[in-house]
Amino acid sequence: MDLATERKINHDLLRPLRQTSVWFFLLVALLGSIILTGAGAWLYQLSNGLVVAGIRWPIFWAFYITNFVFWIGISHAGTLISAILRLVNATWRRPVTRCAEVITVFALMIGAMFPIIHLGRPWLFFWLIPYPSERQIWPNMRSPLAWDFFAISTYLTGSTLFLLLPIIPDFALMRDQMTGWRKKIYGVLALGWQGTTKQWHRLEAAMQIMAIAIVPVAVSVHTIVSFDFSMSPVPMWHSTVFGPYFVAGAIFSGIAGLILAMAVLRKILHLEEYLHPLHFQNLGKLLLLMSLLWGYFTFVERLTTWYGNNSAEMAVFWETQTGAYAPLFWTMVFCNFIIPFPLLAIRKLRTITGTVIASSTIVVGMWIERFLIVVPSLARKNLPYTWASYRPQPVEILITIATFAAMTLLYTLFAKAVPIISIWELKVGMHAPPLLTPEEQEQQRELWRTRP
Amino acid sequence: MTHRWGMAVDLDRCTGCEACVTACRTENNIRIAGPEQSARGRAIAWIRVERYYEGDFPDVRVKFRPVMCQQCDAAPCEPVCPTYASHHTDEGLNAQVYNRCIGTRYCANACPYNVRFFNFGNPVWDRPLELSLNPDVSVREVGVVEKCTFCVQRINAGKEQAKAENRELKDGEIKPACVQSCPTSALVFGDLNDPESEVSRLSRSSRGTKLLEDLGTLPKVTYLQRQS
Repeated sequence: MDLATERKINHDLLRPLRQTSVWFFLLVALLGSIILTGAGAWLYQLSNGLVVAGIRWPIFWAFYITNFVFWIGISHAGTLISAILRLVNATWRRPVTRCAEVITVFALMIGAMFPIIHLGRPWLFFWLIPYPSERQIWPNMRSPLAWDFFAISTYLTGSTLFLLLPIIPDFALMRDQMTGWRKKIYGVLALGWQGTTKQWHRLEAAMQIMAIAIVPVAVSVHTIVSFDFSMSPVPMWHSTVFGPYFVAGAIFSGIAGLILAMAVLRKILHLEEYLHPLHFQNLGKLLLLMSLLWGYFTFVERLTTWYGNNSAEMAVFWETQTGAYAPLFWTMVFCNFIIPFPLLAIRKLRTITGTVIASSTIVVGMWIERFLIVVPSLARKNLPYTWASYRPQPVEILITIATFAAMTLLYTLFAKAVPIISIWELKVGMHAPPLLTPEEQEQQRELWRTRP
Repeated sequence: MTHRWGMAVDLDRCTGCEACVTACRTENNIRIAGPEQSARGRAIAWIRVERYYEGDFPDVRVKFRPVMCQQCDAAPCEPVCPTYASHHTDEGLNAQVYNRCIGTRYCANACPYNVRFFNFGNPVWDRPLELSLNPDVSVREVGVVEKCTFCVQRINAGKEQAKAENRELKDGEIKPACVQSCPTSALVFGDLNDPESEVSRLSRSSRGTKLLEDLGTLPKVTYLQRQS
């Protein structure tokens, strides 16, 4: 690769950092005001109590927990996809990984807020943290909510590291390219990166370790989120399929979120030369696989419930299949399977537009899926005398909308501060390394070690 | 010997008068939700009388079932609480520590009987109803879960009285408010560890069943099925 190409990559990918149009400020203002409205709604809820929300006896969880599960699900976009693509050495991944890893970190931050927002006494949320207190009280480690705390904080730490590690060389690049206060800030963030062989090797080793470590963490996180439900004797919650069902749904919605983010970035930051239709096609294939998996899990869950014919479960089953939640259920099936399937399965339709349409319906469908997991079971618990129905209230709706604005805003700000496509990885990819067997790789490493 | 508190409910005797519901409300400082909030599912009733209808009009038969916390031995509400607010006492009660509750409402979801209630707002008593508050029972603030305690304040008072008089507790000496107020004596409370107590005797009855027994929650409330 010649110097001109390197210059062009630098120029194209650092442009969003250097140039800021008025549209950026308008977008930030718009998103900011939506978030402020959501924050206002939360303050209103804090001062009045959950009486202003729509939850009721006995539907004690609804929109907030739906959002929690949904956003933790979206977070599986990134780290998991990017880690797997790294591990299998899929070279087309290079422009995609960072877009994906950022989604993970921000979606986790947003998702992790909901267990606090939904608390009756959110100011005491820190009692979930095992800290040495003079009262010698400890969280209850038997509670899936305590597991949640550990799972999510581990995943957030891991995915933040996984995001930051490969940015270091890019921070160094920006340190060298920028001037003034930017140079100083990026200089600090670059952690003294000089691009020596030793540093590259350490980075490579660290990335390899993180990529391997993050996969089981990601799988366990959404399994533990599913345990919040499947550990209780609530009809249609208490199910062994929930762990894999949740993980599959999470990766499914995560890829959809990633495709949407990539399409927007491609358009707005003019990254047409970097995010090719091929990337959308490949991710579209993954999305197709997940759509089939999702359809399979949904079918399996429904069929075993119906065949088992347990009276309490059947009440929930019919409520979602033909009752009050049926319109939502069938919308979900349309959004997650019937619309995306042809769009992703037929090669001609698996274009950027096709995958974006499929991803949009999937994001909506997966949100509905989370809602249908949480609410109908609580509305139709064992004793028919206690059956009830849920209606969301303005605070819940505003806070939900605000989270989507928060995701967009965080993403926008990040893309303003860090090149959203990993510059160094892109350049490495252009050098087209020879395909080596593990033995050959080991020989090469041996060469590096013996070199003076 | 430690006590193991339990209850027996004779469904043949229950007339559905709801005296127990009212007595419980007064004894335990249960908040008043008002008609509007009640319609939105914010009413609290530690004991309720469930009504089920059998047959078609005009041959309708109403079945009453008073439902309160079943004080399960294997309570689904207990392990799910992340802060130990919901826990098992030495005497087998499912206690709720209001101070420790952060309001995840997980216990209330896990409870198959839906006998756990959440304080959606701060409680208010319109004048002069605040004068009826029971000083022996704490008032629950916004954001915590509450539930039937088997009138633990009466249990403790009864035990102290017996200790002060240097004697054993007598069967039937302690009566939760619902039991005390039941005009047909459909509710019987006592120590299940005492095989001679009335509640033990009734719990062994061939009419005895547990509510949602197949869930394996091991309730300490026994329902005596209707014969008529």
